[in-house]
Amino acid sequence: THPLKFQASPATSESLTPEQKVLSHNNFYEFGTNKSDPSENAQQFKVKPWQLKVSGEVEQEITLDYDDLLKRFSLEERIYRLRCVEAWSMVIPWIGFPLAQLIKQAKPLAKAKYVAFETLYDPQQMPGQNSRRIGGGIDYPYVEGLRLDEAMHPLTLLSVGLYGKTLPPQNGAPIRLVVPWKYGFKSIKSIVSIRLVEKMPPTTWNLLAPNEYGFYANVNPEVDHPRWSQASERRITTGGLFARNRIETLPFNGYGEQVAELYKNMDLRQYY
Amino acid sequence: MINKKSMKVILLKSVIHLVSLSLLVNVYYLAINDQLGADPVEAVLHFTGIGAFNLLLLSLLVTPIVKYCQWRIFMQVRRLLGLYSFTYALCHVLSFLAFEVQFDWPLFIEEIYQRPYVTIGMAAFVILLTLAVTSISAMKKQLGRKWQLLHNWVYLALLLVAIHFYWSVKSEIIEPSIYIILALGLLWFRKDKFTRWLANKHRANNH
Repeated sequence: THPLKFQASPATSESLTPEQKVLSHNNFYEFGTNKSDPSENAQQFKVKPWQLKVSGEVEQEITLDYDDLLKRFSLEERIYRLRCVEAWSMVIPWIGFPLAQLIKQAKPLAKAKYVAFETLYDPQQMPGQNSRRIGGGIDYPYVEGLRLDEAMHPLTLLSVGLYGKTLPPQNGAPIRLVVPWKYGFKSIKSIVSIRLVEKMPPTTWNLLAPNEYGFYANVNPEVDHPRWSQASERRITTGGLFARNRIETLPFNGYGEQVAELYKNMDLRQYY
Repeated sequence: MINKKSMKVILLKSVIHLVSLSLLVNVYYLAINDQLGADPVEAVLHFTGIGAFNLLLLSLLVTPIVKYCQWRIFMQVRRLLGLYSFTYALCHVLSFLAFEVQFDWPLFIEEIYQRPYVTIGMAAFVILLTLAVTSISAMKKQLGRKWQLLHNWVYLALLLVAIHFYWSVKSEIIEPSIYIILALGLLWFRKDKFTRWLANKHRANNH
């Protein structure tokens, strides 16, 4: 990782999750299923050269190389809460640019209704991709998706860094999605493809267990995961075992004012 | 004077005490000082849970070892292994209450009766608790023949613990599957016991 130039975020009253914890507590099954596996196994991961392709129902296909990711758009810092579906959360200072800026440059066609994302598929570098034991038995490459209006929302970020530096491999280098009002698994890492499509695209965790993980995956304290409650969460900050870190989970992870409008006529129990 | 055999028993027991206790103390020490990864709560829950399961498997390995290898000395540590399995399970449950749900009692109760994997985990814990309490020599004497019947519930506890583990993971089922196979393997050694029990039940029903 190396330092980035960016516009700093205004101060926040929320205490940030320490950098060391953001870097060592990751769900990135391509590098192993234990939280500490990615930071241990991903250090040799090569981000140069990189290609991110924007394609599908667009007027203008775009291919970004590694330098484009960092230089084509002006970078800004966004301090977001990250709520994992496993009921823990962090507060992370991301650096990136709104996904909307990239999609606008590609000029979506009227047919485009959804956006499909794909993680790099490279079993040589990502040992979980060809080993059920390491990769936890999910299908690779990891795929995710958003509705086009969700993708165009100003909160939706393509992140290339955190804590002032480029992304470490375990956090999804060189570029990842951050959708702060959805469970963390929507925020796909190490993206190589962004495709605008007509139909709702398949998504990895939904394919694996559709009754547990929906396409929308909006943070919702009212809709429990079938195996655990989503009403509250443990915020990972400083402090050991005795840290009193259980807090109430907020609808849309506290971003309801900005995003609830997107779902105004939807039954969120059905579309979880 | 201590003879050679009881020396061996003391030695074996000391090793079990030392290993079980030092691992437990170490994990809580690191967790309290925030040196156990980003989420010490999760780490403690995993460690105590899997530790209880490992010790339960070891305690159930004693009988086959004695039977097939004639290493009778291990019979002397069966109760100790069982008690340490219970101790780890107790730490697991108390850590869940104190550090995971953080004494939110309504949430604690809700999780037990609403989440099947927690429900069966708790059922297994209640069995282990009962067995731990009745493992005292005086209780064993008092219960007489009933003691063995009561302690056969450990086989049910073993199955419940295996399912609890399998059910708790998101997708990484290989490790829990291996544990299920180990559990079934240990039950296989007792197949004669089960067929006898079933035959007795059958006879009782026909009378």
